[in-house]
Parts: sequence; structure tokens; C-alpha cells
Amino acid sequence: MQKSLHINADKCTSCLQCEMACSYEHYGVFNTSKSRIKVFEFHDTGKKVPYTCTQCAEAWCLQACPVDAISLDILTGAKVVSDDTCVGCKVCTISCPFGTINYVQDTGKVQKCDLCGGDPACATACPTQAITYVDADWTGLDKMREWADRLGNQSSSN
Amino acid sequence: MSWAGKLLRVNLTSGTCVSESINMQWAKEYLGSRGLASKYLVEELDPKVDPLSTENKMIWATGPLTGTMASTGGRYTVVTKGPLTGAIACSNSGGYWGAELKMAGWDMVIVEGKSPKPVYLYIENDKAELIDASDLWGKTVWETEPAIKTKHQDPQIRVSCIGRAGENEVLYAAIVNDLHRAAGRSGVGAVMGSKNLKAVAVRGTKGVGNIKNPKAFMEATRAGKAVLAGNGVTGEGLPTYGTQVLMNVINEVGALPTRNHQDVQFDGAKDISAEAMATPRASDGKAHLVTNQACFACTIACGRISKIDDTHFSIENKPQYMNASGGLEYEAAWALGAANGVNDLEALQFANMLCNEDGFDPISFGATVGAVMEMYEMGVLTKEQLGIEAPFGSAKALCYFAEITANGVGFGKELGLGSARLTKKYGQPDLSMSVKGQEFPAYDGRVIQGIGLAYATSNRGACHLRGYTIASEVLGIPVKTEPADTQGKPELVKAFQDATAAFDSAGICIFTSFAWTLADVAPQLQAACGDEFTVENLTTIGERIWNMERDFNNRAGFTSKDDKLPKRLMTEAAKTGPGKGTVSGLDKMLPEYYKIRGWDPEGRPSAETLKRLGL
Repeated sequence: MQKSLHINADKCTSCLQCEMACSYEHYGVFNTSKSRIKVFEFHDTGKKVPYTCTQCAEAWCLQACPVDAISLDILTGAKVVSDDTCVGCKVCTISCPFGTINYVQDTGKVQKCDLCGGDPACATACPTQAITYVDADWTGLDKMREWADRLGNQSSSN
Repeated sequence: MSWAGKLLRVNLTSGTCVSESINMQWAKEYLGSRGLASKYLVEELDPKVDPLSTENKMIWATGPLTGTMASTGGRYTVVTKGPLTGAIACSNSGGYWGAELKMAGWDMVIVEGKSPKPVYLYIENDKAELIDASDLWGKTVWETEPAIKTKHQDPQIRVSCIGRAGENEVLYAAIVNDLHRAAGRSGVGAVMGSKNLKAVAVRGTKGVGNIKNPKAFMEATRAGKAVLAGNGVTGEGLPTYGTQVLMNVINEVGALPTRNHQDVQFDGAKDISAEAMATPRASDGKAHLVTNQACFACTIACGRISKIDDTHFSIENKPQYMNASGGLEYEAAWALGAANGVNDLEALQFANMLCNEDGFDPISFGATVGAVMEMYEMGVLTKEQLGIEAPFGSAKALCYFAEITANGVGFGKELGLGSARLTKKYGQPDLSMSVKGQEFPAYDGRVIQGIGLAYATSNRGACHLRGYTIASEVLGIPVKTEPADTQGKPELVKAFQDATAAFDSAGICIFTSFAWTLADVAPQLQAACGDEFTVENLTTIGERIWNMERDFNNRAGFTSKDDKLPKRLMTEAAKTGPGKGTVSGLDKMLPEYYKIRGWDPEGRPSAETLKRLGL
């Protein structure tokens, strides 16, 4: 069974625990600027939206890389960057339609979510379940259930 | 070890920015943030200086847990000599700025002197420079922050700045970061304005990486978060209702100061409560409350984000206030509402937005308006002087006053003096509901005896955040004590004051203490810093900080005569509620408090006490 990171922005409080967990997992420091998951705040609406790579089945970044530095982790489905191979050309950052693979000046390489090898630190750290790691076939079912509840359980006085 | 080990010393007169090592001996004795910054201030500053003079200094400080995964580890404090009180001022803020400073590699920034022209301080990791701010002077907080981000082409910059209130030296001007989080009290923003310093903008990409024992730290912080999540207040009440959960509770116990403390219950409390914020409005079917929001690393998320009714009179033809923004929190809702008898929720949020937008403290502002409304009703102040009719309950007057205070237009200049100076000017000093010149927060100090003592003895003037005995006297945390009792309250106040100083100095939010004791904080600090921390030595650190602040105030000229409550609380009994008929028993509690603090009858720490605490 493959699992996916599932994000419910309505539950996000913008505490950035996920960003710290991510940077700590990959770099051993609490450093939100190095996080591969980012929380975006939209002040005028009060929206807070965590955003990261969704691990496309047919990954643009993987296809675009000229040196084959991005490979598929068969166990998790993650597309993983090999630092040893990456030459920092940034073509993947252009090809990704979602902007979730990014260049890091300090290392001269790109970075992206690798699902922490199957135990994503961001999901563990999230205090509100805005980020969960669920069966990949189930990512929309919570929402379906919610709507089913609204439609099916409303009073049927008419 | 979790401290960055570095401070940035900025001299505005000479325009220099110099890096210094932190005195690590002091860091161990005073922890960080409030404690460590206060230590630097008392060592470097003559307590007699004029707070708005070139000689005063300001310190922005983080704690050892700031910028880490410890829950609520995003706090910073601004420490200086406060212009509202003349006492040591220490204002604490959340948001994201504190963590950014720490991630840039700094524990503290010390600002000295006065710039010949408006400047802002820009810090990018190790690099720090003063940049001309002529184009930002006269701008609000909400204009300044985006302008700086645009100028540096970096949306990730965090900004701690003043609005027009700070520039115009409103004596309760705040320093605001992240648009609506504030180092709000005691007029720290006016000190910044007096120095021609508009903002401190920070970008930190180094992170916090020197955790002494990472594995133990992750375990300790995880355990701490589980305690917060499982607690009724921090896991449920605060995330769902915010601090506003208190409005109806405090009104029911008859401790909601109303109409400048003439009453202790407000019939409009329900209209301005958390419950009212969450109820769909008749006008547009939408609730006032949009969502909650956390500060950096906070797993409680008590912050409120709200939206004013588009059709409300306060924002007619003012589209800039039609978006969602921070508020209302309980203290602001009380000060802008009950303290003035105003029950118009939308008007309160409008006034609150102006406080954030132009950087002034809603507590002192609201309480000052309360005193003005009382003087208006007495005929001491007139419509001609004020520019508007201002009886208690007037939402229009509240909104008008909020609009003229930061820029000092008309009567706004006088509102910016705060209630103590304003009431004195018009011959009614007893109408200022304040201690040491700083206005009371949202709990009646004559009905709840412990909080009255806490206000009277607070080192920064009247304040609920220096010893929140409401936790015990109303909420039963950690144990329930009776509000009406004076017995045992000196001990209770001392215990809260000392523990609070330790929480503040660690770099975490005092709201954790609804669920945590120092026994929950100690393992997090120990794993982060590597030093041994226990409940006992943290309590001693807290007591040391308290006495150091007190000693500074004594040297600034404060005496036991300043540890007093307004006449109204001592002589005019509560008219309604469970505490009906009571006045403050401060006279009974204060001598006992001095005694258990190890102070002489004049309120001065004895030589023995100073020695015991290593002062």
C-alpha cells in the first residue's frame, strides 16, 4: 500500500511545527527556511495553507532532470533527489507545475519532499492533523464523507 | 546549549552595529529573554534616566527555547525603561519575529543612543546595518512591513516596528510584529520613536542547531505538547474560543470592571464575548470570527482572526478594514468594551485594528477612554474639548478616539498621555484606574484579592501577566483559592510572580502555564541547554529576576507608596455579583507580601535577600 501526505488547510494554525520538523529531519537544525513543506499565510482572508510536493505519479521533475538525479523510491512512491548526482541546474524547478522542488544556495542542489523514507516528520509534528499521512487511495474520502453527511443527514421535513 | 551566544549592539548615535558574545554566566543565572535582557539593562542603565531621552536603551531579546520545536517557543521581549510608568518595562510578543532573530544567530539586540534621522535596522544573519527610513516615517505598521519586504525583495523578512503612535510618542505606544502581534504595554513603542528607529527587520536562515541533547529535547518537547493537548484550557478552551473564553466567566464572578471600574458586571458582556464572535450576524449571516491562528511553534493557537461586518458604520468607505485581521483577544475586548460600557462588537474590532495598525496598547487606550467618558459624564470634559459627545456606551466616541490618538489630532494628543496624566491634568487623579501610571487589565482588583495585590506590586505597573492569580482564584489552577480571601494571597502572588519570570525568560508563552508547571519546562530547558534545570533552581531564577527588577525600580525612585491601588478600589465596594460589598484588602496583604519576599517595610529587598539571590 502506498501512502500520501494529505493536507487539510482548514485545520492549519500556521504554527510551523511542520517546517521545523522537516528541517530538523533533513539538516539537524530548526530552520524554517530549509523546510521542504511551507505554510503560506494569506492575511486578508485568514487562510493558512501548508504546501509541499504531492509526489506526482508521472513526475515532471524526474522527467526533466538531465543527469537522472531524481529517482523513484519504490517503497514510498516518493521522488527523491540524489545530492551526489544533482548538478544544481534548476531545470526541475522550472518543469514542476507546483513549485515544490526548490534550489538551496547553501548546498548548490535542489531539495524536495522525500516523505522521510515513509514516516514524514511534518505529519507527526502537526498538532491539528492538518497534515496527515494516509492511504494514497483515501486522500479525498474524508471530504466525501463530510459532504455525504451534510447532504444525507440534513432534516428531511420536505 | 540553545543560546546563540551572540548579541548585536547597535549605537544609533554613531550608526554602528557590533557583535558581542553573550555573558554566559548571566545566561545561566537569568536564563534569557526577560531575565537576561533585564540583567543587561540594569547593569548598563542609570535608573534615573528620562525614558524618552537619548540615554535610555532598548533590548529585544529571545530565550533559549525561542526558535525551537518547544511548544510556544516563538516569544521575544522588549526591555527598556518605560515612559508610561518610569519603571522597568518588559513587553512580550509572539508571532514569528522572535524565532527569526534567533534563526539569524542572535539572542538579543541592544539599541543605544538616538539616530539623527529616521532609520530602520536590517539584520540578515550575521549582517546588520542601519538603513534610511525617511520614506517610512509617518507610515503605519501595516504600511511599513510590506514596504520593507518589497524593498528587500524578500517576503520572508519579519518586521518588528512602530506605527504613528510610537513616532508621536503616545505614552502607551506598542511595538508590533507580524501585523498584529504586539509587545504592547508600558509604551515601549514610544521609546523606539524617541530614538528615530522605525523598525527592526530580520531574515534568519541559519536556524537553531545547537541543541545540547537533541534526542532528549525531542522527547521532552513532545511530552510537553501532549500535556497541552490534553488540558481543558490549552487543548480545548483557548483554541476554540481564544482568551475571549473569559468574558462571560469573569462577568459571572462579578470581576469584570465596567465603566471605568464603577461597576464589576457588564450587561453587554454577552454581546462582546467569544460566543458572540462565533455566532452568525443578523446582517450578513457570517460570524465575526473567521479562524484561529497560532504564533510560531505554538500548539495551542489561541489567536483570533476576525472580520468586521461590511455594513458597520465604523468602516463605511474604508475598504482597508474590510479584510480579516487579528483580534479580538479578551484584554482588548474588555478595555475597548466593558471598560467604556460599549457593547458593539464590530466597533471594538475596528478600534482594535487601529491599535494594531498604528501600534498602541488597547488596554491602556481603552482604559484611558473609560476615564475620559467618566469625566465627560461629570461635566469635567465637554463635547467641544473632545470633538464628540462621549457618554459611556458610545461606540462612535470609541471609534473616533481610536482614530485621533496615534496621530495626535485634537484631543488625541491628550488621550496619548494615558489616564494617570490625563485625569491629573483635569483635576481628577482618582479616576485613573492604574498602578504606577499603567492602566489595569480586565480583572477587578477589589473583588479578586490576589490579583489586586499582583497589580499593586507588579514591576511594570498594573499588569495581569506578572502574576496571573486568576488561574487559581477563578479557574482553580493549580489549586482553587477563594477570590474574597486575603489570607494566603501574598504567598500565592509571590509564587505566580516568580514562576512567571522563569516562563517568560525561557522564551515560551505564559499561557502554557495553564497546563504546565516548571516541572514540565525544566526537562525541555535541560535538554536544550545542557545545564541542570529543576523546579527549584528555575523558581530561584524567577525570584532573582523579580528582585532585580524591583531593585531597579527602587533606584529609579519608586517606594512602597507606589504599591497602591486607586481610591475607588479601596473605598467603593463592588455593587453587584458574588463579591458584592467588598473592597480591596491590600492594606492587610502588602506588609505580609513584603515580609515573605524578604523586603523591609519600605519594600526594599534586604541585604540578606539580595545576597541569597546573588544580586
